[in-house]
Amino acid sequence: MAVAAELSRAEDDAHDVSGQRNHFAAFTKGEEMDSYYDMLLIRRFEEKAGQMYGMGLIGGFCHLYIGQEAVVVGMKMATTPKDKVITGYRDHGHMLACGMDPKGVMAELTGRRGGYSRGKGGSMHMFSKEKNFYGGHGIVGAQVSLGTGLAFASQYDGDGSIAMAYFGDGAANQGQVYESFNMAELWKLPIIYVIENNRYAMGTSVTRSSAQTDFSKRGVSFAIPGMQVDGMDVRAVKAAGEEAAEHCRSGKGPMILEMQTYRYRGHSMSDPAKYRTREEVQKMRDQQDPIEQVRSRLVKEHGVTEDDLKAVDAKIRAVVAEAADFAQADPEPDPSELWTDITL
Amino acid sequence: MATNVLMPALSPTMEQGKLSKWVKKVGDQVKSGDVLAEIETDKATMEVEAVDEGTLGAILVEEGTDNVAVNTPIGVIVAEGEAADAAPAGAAPAPKAEASAPAAGGSVPEGAKPGAPDLQEKPKAPGQPGPGPTADAADHALKGGAPEPDAPDVPAGTKMVTMTVREALRDAMAEEMRREPKVFVMGEEVAEYQGAYKVTQGLLQEFGAKRVIDTPITEHGFAGICVGASMSGLKPIVEFMTFNFAMQAIDHIINSAAKTLYMSGGQMGSPIVFRGPNGAAARVGAQHSQDYTAWYSSVPGLKVVAPYSAADAKGLLKSAIRDPNPVVFLENEILYGQSFEVPEGDDILVPIGKAKVARRGKDVTIVSWSIGMTYALKAADELAKEGIEAEVVDLRTIRPMDIDTVVRSVKKTNRCVTVEEGWAQSGVGAEIAARLMELAFDDLDAPVLRVSGKDVPMPYAANLEKLALPTVADVVAAVKAVTYR
Repeated sequence: MAVAAELSRAEDDAHDVSGQRNHFAAFTKGEEMDSYYDMLLIRRFEEKAGQMYGMGLIGGFCHLYIGQEAVVVGMKMATTPKDKVITGYRDHGHMLACGMDPKGVMAELTGRRGGYSRGKGGSMHMFSKEKNFYGGHGIVGAQVSLGTGLAFASQYDGDGSIAMAYFGDGAANQGQVYESFNMAELWKLPIIYVIENNRYAMGTSVTRSSAQTDFSKRGVSFAIPGMQVDGMDVRAVKAAGEEAAEHCRSGKGPMILEMQTYRYRGHSMSDPAKYRTREEVQKMRDQQDPIEQVRSRLVKEHGVTEDDLKAVDAKIRAVVAEAADFAQADPEPDPSELWTDITL
Repeated sequence: MATNVLMPALSPTMEQGKLSKWVKKVGDQVKSGDVLAEIETDKATMEVEAVDEGTLGAILVEEGTDNVAVNTPIGVIVAEGEAADAAPAGAAPAPKAEASAPAAGGSVPEGAKPGAPDLQEKPKAPGQPGPGPTADAADHALKGGAPEPDAPDVPAGTKMVTMTVREALRDAMAEEMRREPKVFVMGEEVAEYQGAYKVTQGLLQEFGAKRVIDTPITEHGFAGICVGASMSGLKPIVEFMTFNFAMQAIDHIINSAAKTLYMSGGQMGSPIVFRGPNGAAARVGAQHSQDYTAWYSSVPGLKVVAPYSAADAKGLLKSAIRDPNPVVFLENEILYGQSFEVPEGDDILVPIGKAKVARRGKDVTIVSWSIGMTYALKAADELAKEGIEAEVVDLRTIRPMDIDTVVRSVKKTNRCVTVEEGWAQSGVGAEIAARLMELAFDDLDAPVLRVSGKDVPMPYAANLEKLALPTVADVVAAVKAVTYR
């Protein structure tokens, strides 16, 4: 009974999301197409990763980003390539959005020598100095302090860059998050804290874990401004991201964006799927899917045909297939790699 | 009745200080709480307040006097109508006149300071005049008439200056900050307060608030911030007020700093120094008296350094700051105020990963590091009197461990005793013993013995604390056991 009540509360919240959209400008056709491509690439990549996990080609943990694509894609549209990105363990989408090669990401998932970490990091630990992607961290909440350090370096170097630290509603309850908030505001560090509220920390819903469920208010006691954003609408994400980036770049310090989003798949591949109903998931997919929203606008407002979209889809499938093939054909690391990269 | 005003201790490890100024003069009326005088150590400054009412009857130690031992009577407060010379220099049983001999090398006889903090074994051997390079390797070697130990880390003719470990550490940071703009210091009280243990004294004034950064009391948070900054190309020096508090931050030291290079396939590392006092200070109880050497030394991806002398402290800290890897730099509060000879020059480094033979001998190898060296060297002196020539190896770096130097020594002496203040189980001594079994089993004529801190949390009571720590006598006894004497 209690569970049912909670779920209905969660659904009520879901309805609220659409009522809290920010004002934002419509996308151009080019922006719609770009975001469509980027989000669909993440989804198809993740679907393939899930499939390969099921085939035993990917080991350990594998946390899929399906459903949350608009968050990272919108934020990348709002920022520049020199801005720094750091996130937790649900990181495949962030890496693809940063422009990292899907082959290198997939090969890391399969633990091969062509992976971004030469097969030594795995799903949760990948980095790209070239793309300003700082991982990929398996300790919940650690990326918030580390990301604040990236922003510290931006300020120290005075290079005009900002940092984005992504973390979930679960990580938002970790103590070091608030230590970091305090110092970030105290020192006016240029960082956007992107809280991806997908409603569940593993199987624990926000209402069962959080006294303050409005995550945009989590910085109130440090005077960090926050915004709730419809994280299923890439346009809303981009608009909020631009505002936050401007805030950071102008020297006003950090900003919190609560992205209200939803994870379609389980927490990891071994999720029992007992903590929410199938109907709840289906409803989000049907009514708020971030990719479908763009697709629909492309067709209705920009005169894009189904054939055009199929061509995009085919191109993405080819990229993902190539990544999957590479990740299976690429050899495992040489045994000598066991002893490399421990210290310089 | 007249009361002596005693030289107070500003910290549990203070032995002596400077009486910098008298605020009251003889004949002044004083009441409880009035500031009488100002005293300072290399670590802190404090006002001496009156605890009795009366008249300042006499000043026993003039202002400007250096090295006034703790508990020395510095003045006398007399009650109304009482003569100043009624002051009971002998009436207060505690302080003895000898304590006012400021050049006594800081060694205060135990009986002279009841109620004062009990002090650890000091590196200055009895009879050796301080201050000076009393415990330096060469000294000991010469004393024993032994041949010169390992070649010094500096070219012949290098000018030597006497300085404390504290000053050496500060100079190392300052020199490296001048050399590399990406080096900065962050921690609690490192800037305006000038360092909780005054190790960062003067850095704020020279380098400014951008590079010498006070933090809130949030070890987990600022350690993570510094690791993140290092991943982004900066070179942070994180000061932990003590390593006891670094337990709050150990996740970032190990999971974020030590493992990133490996997890990124060599793309991204964490060039960072975590430094601060480690191990037991004096009379601060269990939560503030823990030795983490063994903890960090078990983690691949970290380098772990624990110097003893000021020269090594300086040279190794400079190496640590230049190192592209995360380095855990374990200092010792008791050693901060000890003076040694240090080679002058900005480019004199001590390599990480290289042990030093601090004293030559043929009968037994004593291996130690950091404050453990004080027990090891004093024990070697004692043993020499009984005809046992101990070779003392200062490990200096715990990871990567220079086991070759230890093995080389053991192949000569065939016996080994390890000395550490940390606990024995899974300790560094246990590691050395295991490696000697693997690498020098046939050379051992006796089991390797470990002298260590006792297997208890650190007690507060002075007598119990003393029992919990290793002693020179423990080292001597262990050596006699392995030499069958």
